Order: sequence, then structure tokens, then C-alpha cells
Amino acid sequence: MKITIRGGRLIDPAQQQDQVTDIHIDEGRILALGQAPAGFTPERTLHAEGQVIAPGLIDIGTHLREPGPSYKGTLRSETKAALAGGYTTLCCRPDTSPCIDSSAVVQQIMDKVELIGQAKVRPIGAMTKNLEGTHLSNMAGLQHSGCVAVSNMRNAIDNTLILRRCFEYASTFDLRVVFYPEDSWLRGDGCAHEGALASRLGLAGIPAAAEAIGLSRVLHLVAVTGVRIHFSALSTAQAVEMIAEAQAKGLPVTADTTMAHLIYTEAEIDGYNSQFFVQPPLRSESDREALRQGVRDGVLSVISSAHLPHEEAAKMAPFAASEPGMATLETLLSQGLELVESGVLSLPQLIERLTSGPAKAMGLNAGQLTEGQWADLIVFDPEASWQVKDSDLFTAGENSPLTGSTLKGQVQIALVNGQIAFER
Amino acid sequence: MKPTSAPKTPSDPRSVQLTEDGKLRHFLTLGGLNKEILEEILDTADSFVSMGEQSVKKVPLLRGKTVVNLFFENSTRTRSTFELAAKRLSADVLNLDISTSATSKGETLMDTLQNLEAMGSDMFVIRHADSGAQHFIASQISPNVAIINAGDGRHAHPTQAMLDMYTIRKHKGDFAGLKVAIVGDILHSRVARSQIQALNILGAEEVRLIGPKTLLPQPLEQMGASLYTRMEDGLKDVDVVIMLRLQKERMDGALLPSESEFYRLYGLTTEKLSYAKPDAVVMHPGPINRGVEIESAVADGPQSLILNQVSYGIPIRMAVMSMAVSGQTQQKTKEVAANGAADIEQQGEASA
Repeated sequence: MKITIRGGRLIDPAQQQDQVTDIHIDEGRILALGQAPAGFTPERTLHAEGQVIAPGLIDIGTHLREPGPSYKGTLRSETKAALAGGYTTLCCRPDTSPCIDSSAVVQQIMDKVELIGQAKVRPIGAMTKNLEGTHLSNMAGLQHSGCVAVSNMRNAIDNTLILRRCFEYASTFDLRVVFYPEDSWLRGDGCAHEGALASRLGLAGIPAAAEAIGLSRVLHLVAVTGVRIHFSALSTAQAVEMIAEAQAKGLPVTADTTMAHLIYTEAEIDGYNSQFFVQPPLRSESDREALRQGVRDGVLSVISSAHLPHEEAAKMAPFAASEPGMATLETLLSQGLELVESGVLSLPQLIERLTSGPAKAMGLNAGQLTEGQWADLIVFDPEASWQVKDSDLFTAGENSPLTGSTLKGQVQIALVNGQIAFER
Repeated sequence: MKPTSAPKTPSDPRSVQLTEDGKLRHFLTLGGLNKEILEEILDTADSFVSMGEQSVKKVPLLRGKTVVNLFFENSTRTRSTFELAAKRLSADVLNLDISTSATSKGETLMDTLQNLEAMGSDMFVIRHADSGAQHFIASQISPNVAIINAGDGRHAHPTQAMLDMYTIRKHKGDFAGLKVAIVGDILHSRVARSQIQALNILGAEEVRLIGPKTLLPQPLEQMGASLYTRMEDGLKDVDVVIMLRLQKERMDGALLPSESEFYRLYGLTTEKLSYAKPDAVVMHPGPINRGVEIESAVADGPQSLILNQVSYGIPIRMAVMSMAVSGQTQQKTKEVAANGAADIEQQGEASA
């Protein structure tokens, strides 16, 4: 289909573009920006005056729940939620049930995603068999069937030799590793940031040092093996500092934090609100400040969603007994716009951390609006005000901490491969 | 930046437990309560203490009310004193030990509570292994059921702390100028957390925590207590020494090397007690481990108030239960009156 989107503010940080212009799409790809090529007649013209046109957002580490318990989410519900939130590509987590440690599971997911035809999905495979941390997974096979990276998620690999072997094997195929650094012993049964608040609430704390130690151990192995690694969901000031050092030394390291860690601090859990029980825990004011600085500087080149949908009952328990995680895909862009409004980031910076940042970290040819690229893009109204209601969200998750509040900024249209995949 | 969060569950446990007029309707934590309420609890308990000495030990304050003792964790003494307290207030009492039964059948906490609520209970006395469990329950079930916290995780054990305060007031008169030391496993102790809050609210001069660093919570500055690792320093000139029970499983988690070393360093012996003021009193929430945290000669000695604490447990719990029921009743009366007024207003509008 030939489509023209007229009059929007087109922001493409990868090309340092930020201007009001038209964009023309044909055969699924971007044909031209600005003037329409001679003889081009669009079958559909979309008007985007006052709105922003950006590359479709890309996420690292979305939990899509399929295969797995469908009451928490399905590929259909979560890829639809993704489009509504502006995401056109999701690199999904391997800790499904069964986990993504075989080509068969990858194939099952890819086939279903194609059938559904909503957001694109690029799985992250399991780094070890059944995520158990003892045997290497068939990484080459996983890569061949479509995995963009491997990860062991939050399942600790306490044996450092096995961890080294994982990195060596992955780097054999130039396969990226997504890593969630945490010392499992220091984490223990902790569920909150170790500090005065956790002490008062009587919740077992996780010290910031747990993240720093986990990170330090892995960084040494990155230096030894040369594996390309992406650290996900960093939560502490120490981690940002260590990543900056590693990058300065030239190690092949990228990193992200989650939107929740940029917006909230541990103060949210006062009163035992289980909606704010996340892993790693929300941390201190100074950690949040360092994370914001890291995102601004580009040390953290990605903001991730950590989208983890749950049914309502999963949160209906005392804090430590409830299940961790938030449903975030549909509200993340609005929260990002709050960071823009309060001066933490510029709008192009925000978009970069959600598009070309993750594309580079995962080695995807996406996240930009150049001629000849697949037209994965979104049109959003940065001023549109909307109220978050569970019943209006497309995610199966009933665990948005924002239910009931009013947000600004809403995706109007999402194009995937030049097709209108979502229209509000 | 303005936070965008709008929590789904009512947030602050300290405000959940009060009526609009600032009366107790639940008793979840001492945090956020003022000196007046704490003194009211102590004074009300006073009036029940003398009652315990009479031949007829009952008052009808909770007649017709149903109190359910819900213990998700084992307890003998706390449950018994709550049961006796409820019976002396003339309530009907149901004891449920659900430490294993319900959860092993796959019933969730919410299922259990909704069932009990449907049976028309007026008060739940709850002990639970998770910090904040009672607050979660108070925010989820009918506000007309009073929740009394009989201990949650490491968070709070407010009735125990109040009976300790009662004991201190009885023997020391006033809290002003008092130096109080709490010794042992502070990290895992809900009793210590509630005692620290109570002592600060009631105006004690100094609260000291004494123990090895493995058993002290981090960080301490904001808890309203100062930290000591040596008994000689920490006990110097204190008026009250509170010993905490040491759980045997602390040896397994590499928190301590042995009971004998703990006893040598932190066990309260006659010799160590001599660092405190000569008229210092010794307390312990029980049950005591003789020869682990306290010497028998001290536990049974003239400065020990350990058995007094046990006997004050009943009047304190009677005080808290009667105050919560009275807060509930006042709140309900107020709501009914407000609804009635609204109804009359509506009728007025309709007839006009």
C-alpha cells in the first residue's frame, strides 16, 4: 500500500533529523522524506499535524508469556499492547514455559507472531539448557532460527567457569548476550532496596553491592572472552559508573535501565504497595539520579520496559509473597514524555533510547527512518491526555501501577512493514 | 517531578489504622501513632489490671462480638493471652491455626479471609510470617472488621511493645530521662522495631541497640536508636535492659559462630548487668533461652520483670481490643449518620 503521512514532526535521532516533513511509503518500505517522488500517488494519506512521527519503538527483554500461562498474557494480547504503546519490535525474554532453549520453541513463537501480524518479535534465547546454568544451550541453532541474543535472565550461574564457557561459545557466533547482573547470594530472599526504609518495613533488603559484584564478575569475563554483552535493568549508581569505565576501556558493552527505575524510587513501596515490587528493586533517590544521568550521557543507551504482565491475583498478597513485575508497554512512552517535560531528557534523546539505541545493542537493522528501510514507525500525539483503565489496556496484565491516573501522550498509529498495524 | 503513581491499594499503614477522628480502628503498627494514643492504651490497660485481681474477671465491652485468632505462624503464649483478653471482654472467640492447613490445600490468603469475613467476624487477631501482611489484609477486607497485629514478619509486634512499655512505666514511672538498651538479634526482630518506635514516641531519652553487626539492621541512624557492639559500652548507665530471644537457626545462616561465643559476648550475666544503673530492670519478651542470651541468676533475679511482662500481656491486649472496637463503632455510627443525612437530603429533593 502506498501511504503518505503529512505534516508531522519527524524525529529520527539516528539521522539527527527533527523537522516537520512528509514521509512516503511504498511496498512496505520508506520511499522518500519531504517531496513525494514524481508519479507517486498515495492510496492513503494520514494527517499528522501537531503530532510526532518516530521510528517504531524497540524493546529488550519483554515478557510475552507465550508459551506459558495464558491468563498472564499471550503473544496476541502482548503484541497488540506493544503496538498501542508504540513498540513495533520486541526482543522477548527466554524464561517462558517451556523456556526458549530449542529451535522448536523459537519456531513456534515466530510462526504464531507471523500469523497474528502485529508487532515484530525477535526472541532472546536461553543461554543454558532450561536456564539451569549447567549446560550450554544450542546457541548456534537458536541464532539460526531467529534469536538475536541469549540470556540466562535472573537465573544465577554461580560457577564462573561455566559462565566463561557460555561467553566464549556465544562469541564464537558473534551472538550477543543479555545479562542481568546480580550476586544471588547477596540477593538472598530480599525484595526491597537495602536501606532505612526496608529496615523499617521489616522487608529483607538487597544491597546495591549485589548488582556491583555481579557486574564486576561479568565485566572481567567480557574482557577475557570479548563477548558482546548488553546489561539489562541496571538499578544502581555504582553500575552506571562501572559501565562507563568499561566503555571507556573499549569493552563491547551496552546497557539499559528500566523506565520504572527512572521514574520511581523505593519510596513507592512504603505502605507495602505490591504494584511496585520489581526486580531489581526500586532504589534510592541518588541511584535514580545517576541512572537519569547515565541515560542522558548515553552510557545507558537503552530504556527498557521490563514489561511483565500478571493477573490481578498475583499482586493480591503481602508484599514479599506477591509476584514481582509491572505491565508497562502501553504507558512507557507517556512516562518518557514526563521525563522530557521535567527536563531530564530531550525528546530526541528519549526516542533514541527507545529506537536506535536498542537496535544497535541488539544488532538490528531497524530503529531509523531512512529511505529503503522497512517502514516500522509510529505517530503519536504528545499532548493527548488519557486515563489509564485496566479495561482499556490491551495487555492481559492487570498490574499497571498507573491504573486510575491520567497520562499525557498517546500513540495514534503504528506501521509495521508499511502496513497500518494499529490505529486508535 | 510529580509522581504519576496512583497506588491501587491504600498506602500508608500508619493512616489505615486510624478513623477520621484519629481513633484506633485497627492496630497494625506503632509508627504514626501519637503519644496520646499510646498513653490511652497504657491507661486503659491500668483499669483492667486491677480487674484481673477480682473474683469475676469479665467486663461486657465486647459482648456479642466475634474475635477470630488467625495464626499463620505458631505461637502459644501470644495466642493464649489474646484469647484470654477477648474472653475477659466477653467476646466469642474462634482460634484458627492456619500455619499449615489452609495453604497446603491451595487456598490463598484472600480466600481464607473472605470465608471468615462471611461468617460475620468483628475482629481478626493475626500473626503472619510476611512483613506487612496485616496491612494488606486491612486494606482488602471490609473496613468494619478490626485487625489487630499479633506479629508480622520482621516488621511489627505492637501489643508486645505496648506491654513492655506498660512494664517500664509501672516500674520507672516516666519515660523522660530513661536510657533503654535492646540486646541481641535486632535484625530479625519485630519486637525490637516496635519497641524502638514506642520508646521514641513516649519520649525515652535514648534507645541503644547492642549486638554483633550480623544481627543489626542497616542503616540505623534513621531508626531513632544508637548502635553499640560491646555490652560494656552499651549497657553503661542504662535504666532498662531488654534482651531478645536468639533463634537457633541463626547459627546456620552464618550470622553467628556459636551459642557459646554469643553468650560470652552478649549474654546478660550478673557481671554485665553491673554496667547498668544499680536499679536497672531486666526484660525479655520470652520464651527465654537460659545460658544463651541470659543467665538464670539474672532471669530469676530481683531486677527481672520477665514474669510481670507476661501478666501485663492480658490487660494490654484487652485495652487495644476494646479501643479498636470502640473506634470501629464510632466510625460506623458516623457513617450511618452521614448516609442517613444524605438520604434525608435526597428525599427532601425528591419531594420538593
